[in-house]
Amino acid sequence: MTSTDLLAVFPDSPTIDVARTLDLSGYSWKGVETPENLAKLQPTEGWAGAVVCCDEDPEGGWAMCRALRRLERPVQRILVLITGAQVGDLEVRDNLFDDFQLSPFHPRELEARLRHMFYNELLAPSSTVVEHAGLRLNLETYQATFGGSPLDLTYMEYELLKFFVQNPGRVYSREVILSEVWGYEYFGGARTVDVHVRRLRAKLGEEHAHLIETVRSVGYRFGSSKWSG
Amino acid sequence: MLEAQRDYVLRTVEERGIRLVRLWFTDVLGNLKSFAISPAELENALNDGMSFDGSSIDGYGRVQEADVLALPDPNTFEVLPWVDSKAAEARVFCDIAQLDGTPFEGDPRQVLRRNLDAARKLGFVFYVAPDVEYFYFAPPGDGRPTPLDNGGFFDLTTTDIASSLRKETIRTLETMSIPVEYSFHEDSPSQHEIDLRHTDALAMADSVMTFRFVVKEIAAMRNVHATFMPKPLEGVQGSGMHLHLSLFKGDSNAFYDANDPYNLSSVAKSFMAGLLRHASEITAVTNQTVNSFKRLVPGFEAPVHVSWARNNRSGLIRVPVPKRGSDLATRIELRSPDPACNPYLAFSVILAAGLRGVEEGYELPAEADANLFEMGDQALAKLGIEQLPQSLNDALKSMESSQLVAEALGEHIFEWFLRNKRAEWRRYKTHVSQFEVDTYLRSL
Repeated sequence: MTSTDLLAVFPDSPTIDVARTLDLSGYSWKGVETPENLAKLQPTEGWAGAVVCCDEDPEGGWAMCRALRRLERPVQRILVLITGAQVGDLEVRDNLFDDFQLSPFHPRELEARLRHMFYNELLAPSSTVVEHAGLRLNLETYQATFGGSPLDLTYMEYELLKFFVQNPGRVYSREVILSEVWGYEYFGGARTVDVHVRRLRAKLGEEHAHLIETVRSVGYRFGSSKWSG
Repeated sequence: MLEAQRDYVLRTVEERGIRLVRLWFTDVLGNLKSFAISPAELENALNDGMSFDGSSIDGYGRVQEADVLALPDPNTFEVLPWVDSKAAEARVFCDIAQLDGTPFEGDPRQVLRRNLDAARKLGFVFYVAPDVEYFYFAPPGDGRPTPLDNGGFFDLTTTDIASSLRKETIRTLETMSIPVEYSFHEDSPSQHEIDLRHTDALAMADSVMTFRFVVKEIAAMRNVHATFMPKPLEGVQGSGMHLHLSLFKGDSNAFYDANDPYNLSSVAKSFMAGLLRHASEITAVTNQTVNSFKRLVPGFEAPVHVSWARNNRSGLIRVPVPKRGSDLATRIELRSPDPACNPYLAFSVILAAGLRGVEEGYELPAEADANLFEMGDQALAKLGIEQLPQSLNDALKSMESSQLVAEALGEHIFEWFLRNKRAEWRRYKTHVSQFEVDTYLRSL
């Protein structure tokens, strides 16, 4: 982190504890009221990271996390504040945050977590590589490899595979996949998802086509279910 | 989205060490055209297009201005799997535009885009799945084509070269985003069929272009000639490209109706009625060579009559019974097109004919489930069943008076196509064939 890097903070006026910890730890930050304002308020080099207080407004907080990840320059460092009662919320949202802080918190703990989150970034931007069962996607260079050899994908195939690899073991309906990968404004309909799944399976080859599993009358699941082991 | 796609392409070119990017487009007759640019030029090409002289491309020539722009469609960017990775190459399909950026009326891909937009305005996405047949021959010499084998339908000729070629072809297609549904040895010697998995019509037209290129390329590497000529051998089946068609509205199949005895919706029925009523007008586009009409004869599973049925392969349209009665798989199969057509233009006129039926609420004639090949002309006339055009000349005559085809293709391509194909017919008409020499030289 350099002194010019800016953190996005939700809500736009966080509690005094959060604000003071950020100030005393030397972070520059700006409060953001709604996801719509994210792009407008961001510095030219993009947000360096974000602190999102889901303890106060869970719905608004998670919406903010989602929006941060979907920016043209997706924010890779997100710390969420949650209450002890909200720990269960984390399970289905692994893709939306990088670290979490239970609230109420000790300022020294929050400071340590933030420092660690950004220390990682300086070393190796490890979150730019996602892996699953021999499949490796470098989000920085857009390159996919399988068992070490390159996998040539079209842009939409890549985006779909990225979604799967980042969300393994869970079943998603075609509608959810369509809105997450193509965006709501896409005209083609959920059939498009089937077409691209078939293409991905063909490219993964016969032995690995099962990585993307069809869950009848529901949708698709990437990788095995965590319950079935 | 477009910006992200461009970034993706540029980054991939860099990471994979692509040396050459081939810009692909199609002339009016359906031939694949290409020119290559270096990676350094690619960013510029993606942003502003590459200008080139279109006057040498069949059907592109214009009086005023010969230069046109090739605009790469980044979503079609693919690394070419058969090129040595040390000198890797990629291809990207292009839309052709005039220098001011407006769509060029001579570009078949733009024509299909325009027709798909018209369908979109009605809320429809057009899905196509072709079953493509073709032959493998020894490299052509002066004489007749020589088949590589004499296998019949579904024959297991695992050791023969043709089967391994087909396998290699399918592997290559699948790494190029073209999933294959089935493949098998067809009826005729050295004839093969590969059925592609459905996609939207634009992606499928691109896939058919890639498909023909890949089939020929893989064969040529083993010194074998692959051909999509509709009827290369007399007395055996020719090569067709049956098209499985459906319209989707959002996530539901607009051709499906659970309450209909055929499971066909009124949209499907009027779409079929449109295809039947305008069948002869669009035949010159779906079957564009002199040779195409030697396939459309009785006795070889090719359609001859303008009719439809569920389980009758002698008709123009077949309604396959979907597995497990799945609503998504409900579709119709148009059996006349052959693989020598221009897929962009063929899909355009087929869609236009079907949509005309939907928009005007055409009534679907009764199913013709008898074997039409065995019926006499009078019996057929009684049922109101007509024949498809008998020759390229007949098909052109029918096309020339068709407002529907003129609108679907646009005046530029409509005029050029008719001019070009009439010239082809004249060349054929003046040719004295072996048949005539054999039949008449001695006896007359």
